[in-house]
Amino acid sequence: MSDDMTADPKGYWKATIRLTLTLLLIWFLVSYGAGILFREFLDQFKIGGAPLGFWFSQNGAIYVFVILIFVYCRQMTRLEKKYGIKG
Amino acid sequence: MDQQIWTYIFVTLTFGLYIGIAIWSRAGSTDDFYVAGHDVHPTVNGMATAADWMSAASFLSMAGLIAFLGYGGSVYLMGWTGGYVLLALLLAPFLREFGKFTVPDFVGDRYYSGFARVVAVICALFVSFTYIAGQMKGVGVAFSGFLGIPANLGIAIGMVVVFFYAVLGGMKGITYTQVAQYCVLIFAYTVPAIFISITITGNPVPQLGFISNAAGTDVSMLDKLNTVVRDLGFTEYTSSTKAKIDVFCITAALMFGTAGLPHVIIRFFTVKSAQAARVSAGWALVFIALLYTTAPAVGAFARMNFIDTVNEATYIADSEDYDARAAEIAADGGKPVPVWYKDWEKTGLLSYDDHNGDGVMQYRGPAAPDGLANEVVPNRDIFVLANPQIAKLPGWVIGLVVAGGLAAALSTAAGLLMVISSAISHDLCRRTFFPNMNDKTELRVARISAAGAVLAAGLLGIFAGQLGFVAQVVAFAFGLAAASLFPVIFLGIFWKRMNREGAIAAMLTGLVTTFAYIYYFKFGGGNPANYLWNVSPEGIGFVFMWLAMAVGIAVALMTPAPPQEVQDLVEDIRIPGSRRAHGMADGGMAPAE
Repeated sequence: MSDDMTADPKGYWKATIRLTLTLLLIWFLVSYGAGILFREFLDQFKIGGAPLGFWFSQNGAIYVFVILIFVYCRQMTRLEKKYGIKG
Repeated sequence: MDQQIWTYIFVTLTFGLYIGIAIWSRAGSTDDFYVAGHDVHPTVNGMATAADWMSAASFLSMAGLIAFLGYGGSVYLMGWTGGYVLLALLLAPFLREFGKFTVPDFVGDRYYSGFARVVAVICALFVSFTYIAGQMKGVGVAFSGFLGIPANLGIAIGMVVVFFYAVLGGMKGITYTQVAQYCVLIFAYTVPAIFISITITGNPVPQLGFISNAAGTDVSMLDKLNTVVRDLGFTEYTSSTKAKIDVFCITAALMFGTAGLPHVIIRFFTVKSAQAARVSAGWALVFIALLYTTAPAVGAFARMNFIDTVNEATYIADSEDYDARAAEIAADGGKPVPVWYKDWEKTGLLSYDDHNGDGVMQYRGPAAPDGLANEVVPNRDIFVLANPQIAKLPGWVIGLVVAGGLAAALSTAAGLLMVISSAISHDLCRRTFFPNMNDKTELRVARISAAGAVLAAGLLGIFAGQLGFVAQVVAFAFGLAAASLFPVIFLGIFWKRMNREGAIAAMLTGLVTTFAYIYYFKFGGGNPANYLWNVSPEGIGFVFMWLAMAVGIAVALMTPAPPQEVQDLVEDIRIPGSRRAHGMADGGMAPAE
């Protein structure tokens, strides 16, 4: 990175931490939140024929996990461009 | 054609394929042997990781566990997938940027300590050996149950096959056989699931069938199942009586444990860059999710099918002519015991005890409203194994399921063998005892230790089978990975100030507390009433993980900061593409650029 004058590793790392915390919050909410802590509450709603909280714990959370990782990949590539990290 | 012949054909074909791949992908250097030359495509590595991760337990036991536990089975579904988010965001890309061969390598170099390295080796070996015993046992069960071969001979055959690709090809051979094994196992899992979904809900996609109405009715499949199990005296399928805090902690221990398991982490060392490691974790989870989102559907369908076909069926003894007696029962308006039940009864996975002497099979829960005692006890593995037959699929599908189960067990065993052999040849021999060893000698030592590990794993499978303790020790593997390995790797990346003293204190705290707790309650006669905050041994790794982190941070703050070179190294691994050699911190073994 020394050959690139616009590189900003400090800013990059800060932005990485912010992104990571945001995604982990969603990770927590869909699994521990929807699937465990608020399951009974969510179970009064339905997705198709399944109680919502139960569905999150057995299917929904997994779909969100997959999306989270790909969002992370895309955002990290953007951050690397923005902060001049060669990657 | 006879179903056993199909099974022989599938098993022989797939084993031949694995050996063929092993010969084609021989390893030529330690780089090839440990990390497949850092040259595996992210999607290919994702697929290999999925096979590496999904073991005999995922393939055979998980759907059955969910079928019996209902909502209670969610801990496995969330726990064994959510860990990949932690891996992708917190560990994999940084460890790849670090650019070494093993997990103890990272711990030893980051904490500039041979002692820390050896503690990490102990954790890695302990976790991997407990895990591999279960895989070898699974191989034995598959052989004895389907091919009429004694379990121990089955284990020996499995050992020979793994020996070929693990010893010849190392990580390179393992990677490409795992890709083949993934294809076999996912095909074998989804084909019966699709047919059962069509039978029960009319929807060919199991994930959609899961939330659809039961075929030919306007009641949802899950509502119907809830009613059925409640009427038999079980807890409703979509709820659980387990303490919320325990469900929370078990899920978390499985997640953090997954992220800390060395055989999963080293798969991300095989790709080209940190970016590739991130993408690869995403693909791994896609391939895992294909099976993990199908499993709850299979579990629910299987429970429904089991109750429909077995409960209140009239039993037919082995001494009677099945066809004649079945026709007679049907003519009387009764329901004869299904053929698949009679076939599987021989394996000992199902048992029937006629408590009230009426010759009819009553399947009941602990709180049955009619006060009848339960008479049918199914083993949880039965659901995946018998599914093709329950759904009346042709004999070749059963052969396929057996080949799939073996693929799941062998692919996981291979990944674990890699951790064991590299911990011995690289971390103990090269990095700790004989630092002057050259690459060629190290490769030879790696092959010898892989061969030794295959042998040890096989013996463990044979004896663990007799002890029957495999299910109990799985709690050890995840708990220890979460409480001892995860904290030091995580802090090593995200907290520059973390030092040698803190890391050693954290690892030992996590190791000792978790080990003692699990040992006491699983083997030492501890009473569940005395659980710490109602957390069972399966979930305790999560609690002690925080303790380990707290102890580690406290000790680190009381002792000198790590050397500047090490702090520079941490800076480097956070920024992709900036990794430079750091003399002492790299122990003279910086990754070649």
